[in-house]
Amino acid sequence: MTSSTLTGPVEMDAIKEIVLEQIGRTIDRDSLQEQSDLYSLGLTSLATVGLMLAIEERFDIEFPESMLGRATFRSISSIAECIGKLSN
Amino acid sequence: MSCIATETLTDAYRECRRQLLDAGVLISMKVDGLYAFSGPFEEVIERFEQLVTRRARRHRAEVMRFPSIMCRDDYLRMTHIENFPDLLGSVHSFTGKERDHARLLGARSRGEDWTQELCPTQVMMTPAACYPLYPTATGTLEEEGRLVDLRSFVFRHEPSIDPARMMIFRQREFVRLGTAEQALEHRAFWLDEGEEVLNLVGLPVERVVANDPFFGRGGRLMADAQRDQVLKYELTIAVASGDKPTAIASCNYHQDHFGHTFDILTHDGRFAHSACIGYGLERIALALFMTHGFDTDHWPTSVKNALDL
Repeated sequence: MTSSTLTGPVEMDAIKEIVLEQIGRTIDRDSLQEQSDLYSLGLTSLATVGLMLAIEERFDIEFPESMLGRATFRSISSIAECIGKLSN
Repeated sequence: MSCIATETLTDAYRECRRQLLDAGVLISMKVDGLYAFSGPFEEVIERFEQLVTRRARRHRAEVMRFPSIMCRDDYLRMTHIENFPDLLGSVHSFTGKERDHARLLGARSRGEDWTQELCPTQVMMTPAACYPLYPTATGTLEEEGRLVDLRSFVFRHEPSIDPARMMIFRQREFVRLGTAEQALEHRAFWLDEGEEVLNLVGLPVERVVANDPFFGRGGRLMADAQRDQVLKYELTIAVASGDKPTAIASCNYHQDHFGHTFDILTHDGRFAHSACIGYGLERIALALFMTHGFDTDHWPTSVKNALDL
């Protein structure tokens, strides 16, 4: 199952918006793909915390401790996959 | 950790603290994490520092000594308040007039919260010995970078029954500012040097990858990132408990975090990287007393010789 089947296009757009906000520097919106490595695009550790909180608020979820690692927030698709798991 | 393990650890901390207080090594100041120190304890710290200084002499580090309070504005440019809000110490004082003073005294006499009358001062408690260095280092470094020898009391609000977790304690640090390669070389050298000097005084430490105690659930992400990038090592040994060894020194690589924040540049115009070793002096003294006994006269000859006791 791919992340896109877990989370629809609207949700992917919402995640993308939040990611762009949290990265906090200008990056080409179109170059931000679902699989792009967010850390290599400049997502800092501290910004990851902001990203986590913003995602939780937007999707009304709470990431469990087991998901609080760098792997969860590495890409839009990895975030979507976790949201999918928590929403099921 | 299970409840039983937590209770066992709590018992170990209480027992260790009792032994140190009974022996007069530590003197209670009524608050968890706050102690006065005996003459022998201070002598051990002094001698250990002299050993560190002797061995470091050939590196010709610049000596700088900062007080335990630092400029609030500089503090706020760092990310300490984001990462460790529960550990910070903000210095407040009274700046009002007579009527405000009367209100303060009235509240105090009624057992109410008199601190509402206080205002933040221009200073914060220093959370790490190297923090006040970076704001003074703005500018361009020479090609060889800088090596700075620091020492100060630092404050962390984490009251604990663990006698090794003090709220105010001394850190002796050697900090390197320079290129990424210079910073990493510094950390590698001082990890070995730290291990060697601690072994020399009879403390067989273990080198472990570690993380700082970042605040909250988000802190788990920070800790995971710190470990993932192997930014922090600790040298640990049993002080109160063999199950949970205590870090008595740490070696950290900050990447270009401080260089970026305070515009510290390498000779070729890049943001400077930094790394440090920090010896936790009280913890080292406690490890020595718990390992070798409370009477320094009876410590192993090799340890006494190394410390010139």
